[in-house]
Amino acid sequence: MSILINSDTKVICQGITGSVGEFHTQGCLEYGTKMVGGVTPGKGGQTVQGLPVFDTCEEAVRATGANATMIFVPPPFAADAILEAIDADIKVIIAITEGIPAMDMVRVNQRVEESDSVLVGPNCPGVITADECKIGIMPGYIHQKGKVGIMSRSGTLTYEAVWQTSNLGLGQTTCVGLGGDPIVGTSFIDCLKLFQADDETEAILMIGEIGGTAEEEAAAFAKEHVTKPVAAFIAGRTAPPGKRMGHAGAIISGGKGTAAEKMAALEAAGIEVAQSPADMGAAMQRAIDNATSA
Amino acid sequence: MKIHEFQGKQLFAKFGVTVLENRVVTSAAEAASAFDELGGPVAVVKAQIHAGGRGKGTFSEEPSQHGVQLVKSAQAATEAAAKMLGNHLVTIQTGPEGKRVNQVLIEAGCNIARELYLGIVLDRAAAMPVLMCSQEGGVEIEKVAHETPEKIFKEHFDPAQGIESFQVRKLCKKLGISGKSVRAADKFIKALCRMFVDLDCSLMEINPLVITGEGELVALDSKINFDENAMFRHSDIAEMRDFNEEEASEVKASDAGLSYVKLEGNIGCLVNGAGLAMSTMDIIKLHGGEPANFLDVGGGANEEQVTEAFRIILSDEHVKAVLVNIFGGIMKCSTIAEAIVAAAQSVGFKVPLVVRLEGTEVEQGRKILEESDVDLITATDLSDAAEKVVATLRQPA
Repeated sequence: MSILINSDTKVICQGITGSVGEFHTQGCLEYGTKMVGGVTPGKGGQTVQGLPVFDTCEEAVRATGANATMIFVPPPFAADAILEAIDADIKVIIAITEGIPAMDMVRVNQRVEESDSVLVGPNCPGVITADECKIGIMPGYIHQKGKVGIMSRSGTLTYEAVWQTSNLGLGQTTCVGLGGDPIVGTSFIDCLKLFQADDETEAILMIGEIGGTAEEEAAAFAKEHVTKPVAAFIAGRTAPPGKRMGHAGAIISGGKGTAAEKMAALEAAGIEVAQSPADMGAAMQRAIDNATSA
Repeated sequence: MKIHEFQGKQLFAKFGVTVLENRVVTSAAEAASAFDELGGPVAVVKAQIHAGGRGKGTFSEEPSQHGVQLVKSAQAATEAAAKMLGNHLVTIQTGPEGKRVNQVLIEAGCNIARELYLGIVLDRAAAMPVLMCSQEGGVEIEKVAHETPEKIFKEHFDPAQGIESFQVRKLCKKLGISGKSVRAADKFIKALCRMFVDLDCSLMEINPLVITGEGELVALDSKINFDENAMFRHSDIAEMRDFNEEEASEVKASDAGLSYVKLEGNIGCLVNGAGLAMSTMDIIKLHGGEPANFLDVGGGANEEQVTEAFRIILSDEHVKAVLVNIFGGIMKCSTIAEAIVAAAQSVGFKVPLVVRLEGTEVEQGRKILEESDVDLITATDLSDAAEKVVATLRQPA
């Protein structure tokens, strides 16, 4: 098992005819992902990386049986692309696009909640189940099949965490990039539920950052509902208030959303908190050891 | 993206949110005629900068002058404007150097019966906009939120529908607004919520929101932030951006497609990815150093962008060492290595450079650096990199 995606997942790419969409479709194919097609309005009938291109998601799903999509559509049209994927009843929708207006995501989120589709992102590196399926832009080779489920608001910092857990021989089940925007489809809590229910995942590593209260909410949830060992790291202890740190969602506003508050909430929930980004893998190992010895 | 108070009030007026009559002036002479045009017995002169705390703030060149002043004559308006224009207003939000005032707002007075607070933000957890009101107008709302959260009343609203009348009535009841002011509040608040959605705002604050002796609601102040990601559909608002209010190096970086925030320390950072860039700052601090900046070169940066990034970092005279931390994913380490070599030639490094590369094409990247004649210190992992860069500052040059 794993969460969200596995070796049976059939994936289309929305925005496949763009250079970025094509480049990463190729990367996913090389990793072994079952890419089955792509969608670009007006470009139906073409072929990209040997895959058929369709005008609409509906056609793509009917022709290929796709049950997941990877979205690279530019920001002005990305919300519409997500809505189209929901309408086509695609179960796992992974939006990589960075720069979608937050108000668009309010509208999209309402529709996601009414559907039985799961949206991951936007502004995220994607989702990967080690050795089975990669949907996104992460370097596949650093992943190693193992026991840690990773969820993160960041991209390259996640690669760092993956690399550290691989070096320690812990490996990963599924790594989920939740995205750096203020409003995202999948939260830490959604992921915690999935990892807790997944037999293969033995431990959970959470990578948060300044801004919002998602980490505090996850800490409270984990305390009540998660029995597996959890470790966490929060980026941005040195970030000044009122300044957006790259990600649209990474901002301390009105004195709220600081790393200190988040770390305190996580520690209070019994979660092993890494003080340094170099210590994420080791913190995961400590959480596992503590759980075994307890 | 932030705008000035007067720009916010122009937008308010456009959406039917009541504001007082006002004029924006850039010279003391204009201030006198503005006072006369407004025609009232009093007016308020308000310095226009992108920072709060103006009323309590003072000018570094004119320590007795505050950023907001009530005046009763054209002469007094001129004097106040003269002391503000061209000078630097220091508030709790500006830092000690303050912000230069280039324009002042002269606004008519009004008959204030009550002062309230009103704000709208996007509630991230609920994924909905939320309207917040409090009777504690005119004071620091963060303090109210922290000490007496029960004094802040909230109503979420659907962006498509806007806020409903019953929600406004609920708020009015809690705020003690009654009689004909309830109808005024319905119009006022609905217009604000519509504006928040239609203009893709990320924050809107009116502090204070005034109820006049006549029972009308008036926006006495305006603070509006916009979602930068939505500016592609609001070119008129994008034009309101005031580059004088922004750090020149940050504007330069954003033009080059880089995400850069200037900080107070002396160790420059060049990193790919926002999370890793923040973590790099954090680990420098953990090892006893102080980061000089946040800089994310992004996932697909090219040689030109990396060179520009080095230029921006090194143009900060406080920078005494630079740490490059790259975890190659989409970005190949070899690309970064080539960019470092190119930047060394075109920009020149006069301070120690510590480089940590990992990920895609790391071997090629390390080889490029080794074979080049760029003087640098290589690091094996994050901790090693932070230790080495902090150590360079301890050694006598």
